[in-house]
Amino acid sequence: MSDDPQKKMTPYTVPIGPTHPALKEPVMFTFQMNGEQILKADFAPGQTHRGIEWMGMRRNPVQIVHLTDRICGICGVSHSLAFARAMEQIMEIEVPERADYVRTIIAEFERIQSHLLWAGVAAHELGFDTLLHLTWRVREQAMDTIELLTGNRVNYGIIQVGGVRRDFTPDQFPAIEETLQYYSDLKSKLLKIFLEDKTIQMRCRDCGVLSYDDALKLCTVGPTARASGLNMDVRVDYPFAAYGDLAIEPILPDAYMGETRGDVFDRIVVRLLEVDQSVDIIRQCLDRMPAGEVIAEPKLAKLLNQFKKAHGEALGRHEAPRGEVLHYVRMDGKEHPTSWKVKASSYSNLMSWIPMLEGEQIADIPIIVASIDPCLSCTDRVAVVRSGERGIMTKEELHRLSVEKTRRLSA
Amino acid sequence: MKPAKLLTPEEVVAVFAKKFGKGILESRITERCEGVGKRPSYDIWLDIDRDTLHPAVRELIAIHFPHLGVISGTDIGDAVELNYHFSIYYGTKHGEYMVTLTVALPKSDLRVATIADLIPGAVFSEREKQEMLGVEVVGIPDGRRLFLPEEFPEGVYPWRKDETGIRDGMVKDLWAVGRPANRPARPAIPPEEEGVVQAAEVAEAKVTAREPAPAEEERHE
Repeated sequence: MSDDPQKKMTPYTVPIGPTHPALKEPVMFTFQMNGEQILKADFAPGQTHRGIEWMGMRRNPVQIVHLTDRICGICGVSHSLAFARAMEQIMEIEVPERADYVRTIIAEFERIQSHLLWAGVAAHELGFDTLLHLTWRVREQAMDTIELLTGNRVNYGIIQVGGVRRDFTPDQFPAIEETLQYYSDLKSKLLKIFLEDKTIQMRCRDCGVLSYDDALKLCTVGPTARASGLNMDVRVDYPFAAYGDLAIEPILPDAYMGETRGDVFDRIVVRLLEVDQSVDIIRQCLDRMPAGEVIAEPKLAKLLNQFKKAHGEALGRHEAPRGEVLHYVRMDGKEHPTSWKVKASSYSNLMSWIPMLEGEQIADIPIIVASIDPCLSCTDRVAVVRSGERGIMTKEELHRLSVEKTRRLSA
Repeated sequence: MKPAKLLTPEEVVAVFAKKFGKGILESRITERCEGVGKRPSYDIWLDIDRDTLHPAVRELIAIHFPHLGVISGTDIGDAVELNYHFSIYYGTKHGEYMVTLTVALPKSDLRVATIADLIPGAVFSEREKQEMLGVEVVGIPDGRRLFLPEEFPEGVYPWRKDETGIRDGMVKDLWAVGRPANRPARPAIPPEEEGVVQAAEVAEAKVTAREPAPAEEERHE
């Protein structure tokens, strides 16, 4: 609040949140700014912490499976699969082989729809809304297939402890094949639009860089880690479900681009190539799918009784679209678990925001924050504190800044 | 960063047993096989002494820089157990192991050394354990709360199962909430008008009922 010109030069603070610039869940950012440039970034998650673990420790595992479906609105199978695998390990349940394949196929369809959803959000953050509409339209094919197979578009309710709740019927296979063909045909078109577009290159190349060392030391997972050259993919490294039977290699940007820069562009490359990888994985699964049962214990009452005798601890892991999910479960002969810890993929990735954001410009915040595909949220408003005065910046305004930057670069 | 030499799970346990001797209280290896090929994946569990934690993580880094998945924790009555879930040998096809280091902290002295000096990303999970379990991470570079709101009471730790856990009065059951008492009353309908409405509804219902049902063949088409 001083007229001293020296004072005006000092860094000022821009809080963004508690709802946030890119996606749908809330987190609070605080930026130290020098003009347009970010000097320091800090964030506070947990703005709508739901205490799901607390709820789980008061429920039986069959109830928890349905709770895990609802941890994330996009990953409808990842958490259920990780939790069910931990329970099966404690109770020494052998999952029927066909169920492993059904789980894998659903998980890969989920990856396709999640990566396409993300690609649309990224395009929107850059001001490329026609691309948003295109990617979200082609995403519907995967959503429709998931609905056909599980009965639901989100919260699939397909996983049960010991297997899956529904098997595929013979009449569903042509529809799966049609979807796979659809995405195979689309591959070159999507890669061309995203990777050869001048504007996307200008906004994303060398923007929001995460070095290999930072990725490693900040415990980053999934496409965010792989885009920085960190070779880490639970599906390849740690065989589970049907993945141990399949020929899969982790997607790293240098194989396609010839080098690894660890920027936003590399994260786009990895995710787009993973869509095609998922198509290939589903094809391999369909070729090898064994016949048989899909659930070890179809009678729920029996299963519930077994929970009361279960003792021990186990880990369940899965490579969700955003990276490793990890569930730790401990049973002590009661109906409900003594301990349950859910580690979502974004939990591991949030710390990587800080090195990515520092040194970048305010208009790059939306695309950088979105680039790790956080399972967090959309900014409703941004409050700017400048010389003690507080002005409110809307999400639309922040988005407008980002779009303006694109226009400036294209001019 | 490829590890120079890949150890078997048994060899990993042996490295720790040799280096720390009595600091390793218990060790076990679990194996799980899924799919048609039944390819195994391994989890290594080490119960260690509290003072061994920091050097044990250092030892793990010497084997292969570990990925810290998460730190989980359990209130087991007279102690709080923390499990540090690491994975090593990621990037090796079918060769990754989970390594879980477990330390038990007696409730009379809930202190544990930070590992954030070795693995900077660990601070995120350590902050969560401080607020959820009431443990004290000594030397933590950032001791602020993480998920709990600012106005959450001090000295209440949601994952504890003793008197410091969530108290009964803090839980609101949605089903028990009922209709809020401070809402305005429903608009009163004068008795005669109410009668008219009811009569009209009855008449309408009769009309619907009188509509001819479609013939049997039609319905099957």
